[in-house]
Amino acid sequence: MSDKLLVSTRKGLFTVMCDGGHWDITGVDFLGDNVTLTMTDPRDGRSYAALDHGHFGVKMHRSTGNGWEEIPVPAYPPKPEGYEEKDMWGRELNWSTAKIWALAAGGPDEPGTIWCGTLPGGLFRSTDHGQSWEMIRTLWDHPLRKKWMGGGADLPGIHSICVDPRNSRLVSIGVSTGGVWHTEDGGGSWTLRGEGMRAEYTPPEQAHDPIAQDVHCLAQCRTAPQRMWVQHHNGIFVSSDEGKSFTEIKGVEPSVFGFPVAVHPKEPDTAWFVPEIKDEKRIPREGKLVVTRTRDGGKNFDILSKGLPQSHAYDVVYRHALALDEPGDRLALGSTTGGLWVSEDQGDSWTCVTHTLPPIYAVRFA
Amino acid sequence: MAKVVFTPNVQRHVGCPTAEADGATVREVLDKVFADNPQARGYVLDDQSALRRHMTIFVDGQMIRDRTRLADAVTEASTIHVFQALSGG
Repeated sequence: MSDKLLVSTRKGLFTVMCDGGHWDITGVDFLGDNVTLTMTDPRDGRSYAALDHGHFGVKMHRSTGNGWEEIPVPAYPPKPEGYEEKDMWGRELNWSTAKIWALAAGGPDEPGTIWCGTLPGGLFRSTDHGQSWEMIRTLWDHPLRKKWMGGGADLPGIHSICVDPRNSRLVSIGVSTGGVWHTEDGGGSWTLRGEGMRAEYTPPEQAHDPIAQDVHCLAQCRTAPQRMWVQHHNGIFVSSDEGKSFTEIKGVEPSVFGFPVAVHPKEPDTAWFVPEIKDEKRIPREGKLVVTRTRDGGKNFDILSKGLPQSHAYDVVYRHALALDEPGDRLALGSTTGGLWVSEDQGDSWTCVTHTLPPIYAVRFA
Repeated sequence: MAKVVFTPNVQRHVGCPTAEADGATVREVLDKVFADNPQARGYVLDDQSALRRHMTIFVDGQMIRDRTRLADAVTEASTIHVFQALSGG
C-alpha cells in the first residue's frame, strides 16, 4: 500500500502523504510551473516528471529522492530534407515533442527501461533511466500512423502504454485517435488491434475501423493481462484477448463518456470509471461527481458517490488523474477544478484531501 | 563578435548568461553559443532546430524573418536578443 501521491497540476507538483490515516499536502515542487504527468518506477523508486513550459517547451525531470534534476526530453529525429507531412488541418506537421502524454516503466527484466508516449504521436524508449531516448521508428514510420488524428488535442498522441507483466517485449499502446497498437517484439514491429470498438463520430462505413477509434485510456490487468479495459470517446469496451477484440458495454449509468479507467490488479472483472455527461457536455451529470465500478466484467455497475460532491460539482477527471495503488484497495482522483479525493475501500467511500489545488492533470501513487 | 542576450524569464530554468560568438547568421552564432551551453538549446529551439513557436529573436532591434533556418544576417557588432513572444501568454 502506498502512502504517497504525486499530484501534477497546472501550477506545480504536489506531494500528498498519508500519516495515521490522514492525507495531507506535504510538499510542492516546480511551484508555478505546468506539470503534466509523473511516473514513479516501482522497480527502483525513481520518479519522472514531465513539464510544459509553454514558450520554452516540454521538459523532463527525474528524482531519486533528493530533489529533481533536469534530464533529456525525448526529441524527434530530423525531418528529412524535402519531406512533407501535413496534419489533419493541412498544416505542416512539426516533428517535435509537443506533449509528454504517457510514461511507463519497462518490465522487471529490463531495469532502467522507460517508455514515453508523446504528441504528435512519437513513442520513445530509454534504457538508461531517461538519460537518453530512442524513438521507436517502426511505429512512427508505419504507414498507418499517418492516419492518426487529433482527438481532444489538435495533434494525435499516445496516452497509454501497457507493458505485459508476463513478457516485457509485449507492449500495447492506446492512441487518441488511432486505436490500440501492439508489439510482440519489444517495438520491432507493430500491429493495429481493437476489433469490435465502435466510433460514433465518423461516417458510418468507418465506424468499426480500428484506426478510427478514439481510445481515451487503455488499462491492462496485472495478473490477468489478457483482460484489457478501454474508456473510449463514446463508450466502454472490454477485451479478453489482449486487445485483439473488444466488446462494448452498453447502458452504463449515468454515462459511458469519460477519460480514465483503472482495473484491479488481481480481479480482471473489476474496473473503475469517472463518467461525464457526454463529449459535447463534459461535466458530471446533474452536478454530481461519481465514480462507477463494475465487479463482474461490465454486467453491472455501482455508482459510487459517498464523500464526493453531489451538488454543483463540475469536476472533470482527466485520463491520468484516477490512480489505483499496487494492491488495488486505495484509489485517488483529482479534478480540473482542483479537487483531490482518496478512497481506502475501493471507491465505496471517498475523503476530500483538498478542493483548492490548481487544475489537476495527473494523480499517481509513488 | 555578436552579442547574445537571453530573456531573464528563462534564467530560473536554465542559466543563459549573455554570450558572444562569431557568425554570419543567427544560426551560426546560436550554434556556437549552444555548443557551450547545450541545455539551453531546447529552451529556445524545437526538435528540428527551428525557433520555438512562442519565442522570438531580434537582431539589432529587428525581429528575424526566418524562424526555421535562422538565416537572418548578423554582423560582428550585432546584438541578438532572445525573447519570449507575447503571443505565448
